[in-house]
Amino acid sequence: MPDQNELHDLVGSEHAAAGSEYSAGFVTDIETDTLPPGLDEGVVRVISAKKDEPEWMTEWRLDAFRRWREMHTPRWAHVQFPDIDFQAISYFSAPKGDAPKSLDEVDPALLRTYEKLGVPLHERARLAGVREDAPEVAVDAVFDSISVATTFKDRLAEAGVVFCSISEAIREHPELVRKYLGSVVPKPDNFYAALNSAVFSDGSFVYVPKHTRCPMELSTIFRINAENTGQFERTLIIADEGAYVSYLEGCTAPMRDENQLHAAVVELVALDDAEIKYSTVQNWYPGDDQGNGGIYNFVTKRGACLGERSKISWTQVETGSAITWKYPSVVLRGADSVGEFYSVALTRNFQQADTGTKMTHIGPRTKSTIISKGISAGRSQNSYRGRVRMNPGAKGARNYTQCDSLLIGENCGAHTFPYIESKLPSAMIEHEATTSKVSDEQLFLCQQRGIDPEKAVSMIVNGFCRDVFRTLPMEFAMEAAQLLEVSLEGAVG
Amino acid sequence: MSLLNVDDLRVDVDDKTILNGLSLTVDAGEVHAVMGPNGSGKSTFANVLAGRPGYDVTGGAITMDGTDITGLAPEERSHRGLFLAFQYPVEIPGVSNMEFLKAAVDAHARMRGEDETSAPEFIGRARDAASRLELDVDFLKRGVNDGFSGGEKKRNEILQMLLLEPRLAVLDETDSGLDIDALQVVAAGINAFRNDGNAVVLVTHYQRLLNHVVPDRVHVLTGGRIVRSGDRSLALELEDKGYGWLDD
Ligand SMILES: Nc1ncnc2c1ncn2[C@@H]1O[C@H](COP(=O)(O)OP(=O)(O)O)[C@@H](O)[C@H]1O
Ligand SMILES: [Mg+2]
Repeated sequence: MPDQNELHDLVGSEHAAAGSEYSAGFVTDIETDTLPPGLDEGVVRVISAKKDEPEWMTEWRLDAFRRWREMHTPRWAHVQFPDIDFQAISYFSAPKGDAPKSLDEVDPALLRTYEKLGVPLHERARLAGVREDAPEVAVDAVFDSISVATTFKDRLAEAGVVFCSISEAIREHPELVRKYLGSVVPKPDNFYAALNSAVFSDGSFVYVPKHTRCPMELSTIFRINAENTGQFERTLIIADEGAYVSYLEGCTAPMRDENQLHAAVVELVALDDAEIKYSTVQNWYPGDDQGNGGIYNFVTKRGACLGERSKISWTQVETGSAITWKYPSVVLRGADSVGEFYSVALTRNFQQADTGTKMTHIGPRTKSTIISKGISAGRSQNSYRGRVRMNPGAKGARNYTQCDSLLIGENCGAHTFPYIESKLPSAMIEHEATTSKVSDEQLFLCQQRGIDPEKAVSMIVNGFCRDVFRTLPMEFAMEAAQLLEVSLEGAVG
Repeated sequence: MSLLNVDDLRVDVDDKTILNGLSLTVDAGEVHAVMGPNGSGKSTFANVLAGRPGYDVTGGAITMDGTDITGLAPEERSHRGLFLAFQYPVEIPGVSNMEFLKAAVDAHARMRGEDETSAPEFIGRARDAASRLELDVDFLKRGVNDGFSGGEKKRNEILQMLLLEPRLAVLDETDSGLDIDALQVVAAGINAFRNDGNAVVLVTHYQRLLNHVVPDRVHVLTGGRIVRSGDRSLALELEDKGYGWLDD
C-alpha cells in the first residue's frame, strides 16, 4: 500500500494549475454602503454604531484611536513604499441591506463570488477541488468590512463551539470578548494594531470549550472587493483547557492599480493543555508585473500559550500582497508550552515581504520551532525577521530555527535577520540557515526527463517547501501547491 | 531509416572546438559503445545529443527517425524518446524521487495524448522497477539523488530509464564508480530494457560493462571524432593496449 506521505508528495504533481495568473482578480458588482474616505472620532463612532455595539466597545475603539494619533508608522522593516495617506482611505464598506440571518438570505451575487473563489457557502459542499471524502469545513465569509455568512454554526453549537463573526461575538458573548480582546495584542502594540483596534470591521470569533475537540476545520475567507477601502480584520480564538481547534484563513482581492491596505489583528489564547493550529494561505493581489497596485498586508498576529502544556502552531503560505509585513508570534507563558511557526513566503515581480516570527519564552521548559522558507523571483525582496527571547524564568527552554532561502534568477534578494536575546545559560538555541538557487543543472535534468521548465521550477520550489506543506491539512497543502505553481508562471527564462 | 544519425557534428565550448566532425549511425535493436580517453569529448557528445544549453553547435546535424532534432529543446527531444543517463546526476533536495518520476512519466503520457497514471498505480510500477534494481522502497521517498551514494545515483538513472521506456538511451559512464555487484544489477537492467524497437549508446572509458552488456558496435572517440569502429573485439583490444595504441 502507498503510504500517506507518498500520496501527500504526489499531490502537487497531480494538479496542473489552471490558466490565468491571478484568477481571484475579478470584481463583484454589488451595491454598497461605503463611508467617505477619512478618519476621525466621528468615523470611529459611526463604525461602532453600524455594528450595534455596546458602549464599552465604542469607548475601547476611541481609546485606541486616540493612542494611534500619537503614533508613527514603523520604519524598521526591509520594505519600501510611499507614505500612506490615511485620510484617503475609506474605513467601512459593506454590501447594502440588512445583514442576512441565514444562508438563504445571502445575496446571490455574493454566493457566486465565493463559488468562483472555490469556497461554496452551503453546507452540502466541500471546498472546490477537494476529494469527496475530505473532511467538512465550516466557513466564515468576510466581504470587505462585514461577515456575510458563517456555515455549520448549528452543528458546531451542538459541540459547544462558538464560531461567528467578531461583531456578533461582541453582542452575544461580551464576557469572553471583554476578557480577551486586546489581551494578547494590546491596543498600542504598534501603529497598525492601534489603527485596527480603532476601526476594525469584521473577522472571526472562535471559542472552544473545555476538553472539546472542534469537530471540523474552521476557516475564514477574506475578500476585499470595494475600491479605496481598507480592510481591518479582527480575529480572536480562544481554546479553553484541553480544547483543540484547527483554523484556516484565506485571502483574495481584485486586481486594481492602486494599493489597498489590509491591517489585521489576530489574537489566539490557549489555556492549559489546549492546542490551536492556525494556517493561512494568503493570496492577496500582489500587483502587476510593473509593480503597480496590490495589497499592503500589515498584520499583527500573536498567540498566548497561557496554560501549561498548551500549544500554538502557525503555518503560513504567503504568495500575495505587494508588501507583506507580518510576524505571527507566540508568547510562551505556561510551563512546558510549545510554539511553532512554519512559513513559506514567495515573492516575485516587485513584491516585498518582511516576515517571520517572535517566540518569547517565559515559562520553564517551553519549546519553540521555527521553519521558514523564503522564495524570491523577479525583482522581489524577501526577508526573514525573527526574534527568539529567553526570559530569566524560562529554565530549560529550547528553540530550533531553520531559515532557508531559494533564489530564482539574478535580480531578486533574500535577507535573514535573526535576533536572539538570552541570558539563560540553560536555554538551548539552535539556528541553521541556507541559501540556494534553482540551478541550471537541476532544470536540465528535469527537461531531459520531459518536464517543461515552468513545471520543473514549480516542482523544485514545492520540494523546497515540503517541510512546511506537511504541516498543512492535505486539502490545503494541495491548494498551497497549486497557488505556488500559478504564482511561478513566467518566473523562468 | 536509422533511429539515430549524427552527421559531421561540430561543437565548440567557450570558443574551444571539442567535437570536430563526429558521425555515427545507430539502428533500432542495436547497442553501440562509444569509448575514449578522459577529456576526449564523450560527455560533450552525450549532452549535445540531449540538447543541453552552453554548447555551441557550429556544424552538422542530429536526426532521430529521420527528423532533424538539432534545434529542439531538451524536453522535446525527451518526448521523442531520447534519454540521457548523466555521468554526474544532480541533486534536487525536497522533491521526492517518486514525485519526480511521476512528473516525468506524466509529461510523456500527456505528450502522447494519454491519461496520467493514478498515484497508487504509479507507486506500484515504481516499486517494481526499484526492486528489479535491488533498491529499497524507502529510496523512492528520498529527495532526488539527495544524499545518494555514487552507486545509488547510477542505479537511479537506470530506474528512470526503465520507467520512461525511451527509444534511445544514452548512458554516460553509468558503469563508473560501481562495485561488481552493482555493475551486474545495472547491466541486468540495461539488458532487460533492450528490445528490437530501441537502441542504447553506452559511453564509457572502460570495457568492463561490455562484458555484461554486449555491444553490436564499438567506436573510439579521440580528437573530436570517431577514429575507429569495430565489433566487440575492438574494446578488448583497447583494454589490452590502451588508447595510446591508436595514435601509432
Ligand atoms: N562546460 C564546459 N566548459 C568548459 N569546458 C568544457 C565543458 N565541458 C567540457 N569541457 C571541455 O571539453 C573537453 C571534453 O570534455 P568531456 O566531454 O567531459 O570529456 P569526457 O567525457 O570524454 O571525459 C575537455 O577538455 C573539457 O575540459
Ligand atoms: Mg565524461
